Amino acid sequence: MSETSNNNLGTRSVTLFATCMVDQISPSVGESTVEVLEHLGLDVKFLDEQTCCGQPAFNSGFRSESEPVAQRFLELFEKVDGPIIVPSGSCAAMVRNFYADLFRHDKGLVERARTLSERLYEFTEFIHRFFGSDAITGICDDRVTYHKCCHLLREVGIDEQPIEMLSNIEGLKMVQMNRSDVCCGFGGAFSVKMPDISSAILDEKLDNIEATKANRVVAGDIGCIFQIQGGLRRRGSTTRVLHLAEILSESIRNAKTGKVTE
Amino acid sequence: MKPLTINFRSKAAQTIGDEQVQNSLEHVYTGFYRGRLNAAADTHNWEELRTKGKAIKDHTIAHLDHYLEMFSEKVEENGGNVFFADNADEARQYITELATDRDIETVIKSKSMVSEEMALAENMNESGFETIETDLGEYIIQLAGETPYHLIAPAVHKSRKDVAELLDKDFADGDRVPDATELTMLARKQLRDVFARADMSVTGVNFAVAESGSIVLVTNEGNGRMSTSVPRVHVAVMGMEKIIPSIQDLSTMLRILIRSATGQRISTYVTMVNGPKTPDEEEGPEEFHVVIMNNGRHKLLKDPFLRESLNCIRCGACLNACPVYRKVGGHAYGWVYPGPIGAIVTPVITGLKDANNLPAASSLCGACHEACPVKINIPRMLLELRHKTAEGSSDPNERTSKFAERAIWKAWRTGMMGRGRFDWGARLAYLLMRPFSINGWIKKAPPPISGWTLSRDFPLIAGESLKSRLNRRRKKDI
Repeated sequence: MSETSNNNLGTRSVTLFATCMVDQISPSVGESTVEVLEHLGLDVKFLDEQTCCGQPAFNSGFRSESEPVAQRFLELFEKVDGPIIVPSGSCAAMVRNFYADLFRHDKGLVERARTLSERLYEFTEFIHRFFGSDAITGICDDRVTYHKCCHLLREVGIDEQPIEMLSNIEGLKMVQMNRSDVCCGFGGAFSVKMPDISSAILDEKLDNIEATKANRVVAGDIGCIFQIQGGLRRRGSTTRVLHLAEILSESIRNAKTGKVTE
Repeated sequence: MKPLTINFRSKAAQTIGDEQVQNSLEHVYTGFYRGRLNAAADTHNWEELRTKGKAIKDHTIAHLDHYLEMFSEKVEENGGNVFFADNADEARQYITELATDRDIETVIKSKSMVSEEMALAENMNESGFETIETDLGEYIIQLAGETPYHLIAPAVHKSRKDVAELLDKDFADGDRVPDATELTMLARKQLRDVFARADMSVTGVNFAVAESGSIVLVTNEGNGRMSTSVPRVHVAVMGMEKIIPSIQDLSTMLRILIRSATGQRISTYVTMVNGPKTPDEEEGPEEFHVVIMNNGRHKLLKDPFLRESLNCIRCGACLNACPVYRKVGGHAYGWVYPGPIGAIVTPVITGLKDANNLPAASSLCGACHEACPVKINIPRMLLELRHKTAEGSSDPNERTSKFAERAIWKAWRTGMMGRGRFDWGARLAYLLMRPFSINGWIKKAPPPISGWTLSRDFPLIAGESLKSRLNRRRKKDI
């Protein structure tokens, strides 16, 4: 199933693009990402100047506001060599797939975005590709269900890989939810602009999650995590929603200390 | 058909609250969506067929004039007539005048979304021609006085009881609800006489083959074949994008259309019509007319970023895949074409000003793009239309974004253009939000995020950014 457990990357140094939401709202996801990458023997650089890739304004149609932010991202990350790791399918998709549209009036920028994209990886994609799905082992005693975030699934192409990775965690019980590949209804500004539609879609997702009786939901994008966690909390559920990096880092830690969660 | 796109939000809310319709909409997923997945899995060269289908449509749309001319010449060679209608009014007028001229009394219609653009059945009835829909779903919708809910399943939102009430005047509350077969037999009985007395038919066109001048109909009920063979005048109506170059191409297109629409390998009927009956034939219509309609499609054609929408073969797969369509239903979209493809076509054809909620009503999940048999990148086009609405259109009628929204995005940009401001902005938001939070979550937020907290808790900004946390960690390490 997995390619190899050995690092076939050719470098030990990688750079983290945390994304604006992880940086300011959920830094623990960023810390977990760093911990997992360090566990794999990598040095993780963090560029202090980073902010956002420009996606929110682009998705809302305000390309003139998005473009300078995207260009700033590009210039900043062009300064470092080696792989850039993003713990978000959506932000990775923005740079790799949507910058071509955003910059289309300027061939030079399109080309620069394409070049940068060649060494920009979503977190799961990066581990799967260069270390293999069985590279990370650990211990955790949770009942977990996995939600396939849309951009990670359809724009980046990460489908069952996270489930394969979680299958190497000792004690972890994986339960599949129905329609795990159906959207949670987040969609950025859509969730605020059309809250009734966004919530109706979320309700179906929450029903499917609750039917699994999982105490943890794992997902790959912070927006979807907020949407699902916010909805579960409103229902009075104690189920926690974690980024894949969070459950991996926790399981690694548990294995090191011989402890199991909580 | 008069666009009602401006009512999108209220119609959507109404459907979300309608338990019966929500239950009916489940079939869209469990029936059609899963059916397509299974059919695709059973087809070893499925992705190859999709790639081929896309290439055929890309090529045809790029040479549309050429193939329309070829098709039109062939139809005339085969003894048929072609009328190019610039808009729905012209198309309807041509058909009505033809009916008047040929002393027509009864018109039977088989399924056609293009005829919905003309509100043809309604108008013909008003003009004194008895005009009856013969597709079962369309017949139900006509009896209900509604418009189609779905591209291939017009009455998908109706329960069996709704249908029983429409088909059987004597049906009363508390009666046993007939099963689907019984209901179909009821409709069949009612329609049989109509077929027998009809002297004109109007059908749609699934594909128009340029090299042979044939039109192709894909149906499951047999009404299409009755319509193309019984009445003495047959009128086929099509949007100008329905053309494909050759019979060879038809083989590819039929395979992807039918599997994507219903999950069948082949529909019960595939009807090809090459023209009116020839002197040595005993049966078939005496006259065959093809109405090729533009009705705003040139606007899609001339926009390089929206042109791909003309590749659509109206299979409905994007509707079935769409989480938004499955909640808001077909009528919310306010015109003929619902769902993701409708959210592109409708604003361009009927006007973006009133329809600006359609491209906005998407989480950009990409399920439509994934499902499309000809790989139309629908999310990309939704983003194009959002851009026009926000700031991109040169037409002030289309550029409908509000001052507050523009101001928010300007402020957002300012905040993102420097790390200092980014941290400062986050700090400010944190301090403002913190008093309203419990354990890091907010139950009720003010605008512009008040919509979120109607149904979800909102996360509090972190008191310390990742940058700061990592820097502290590094100092500790040293």
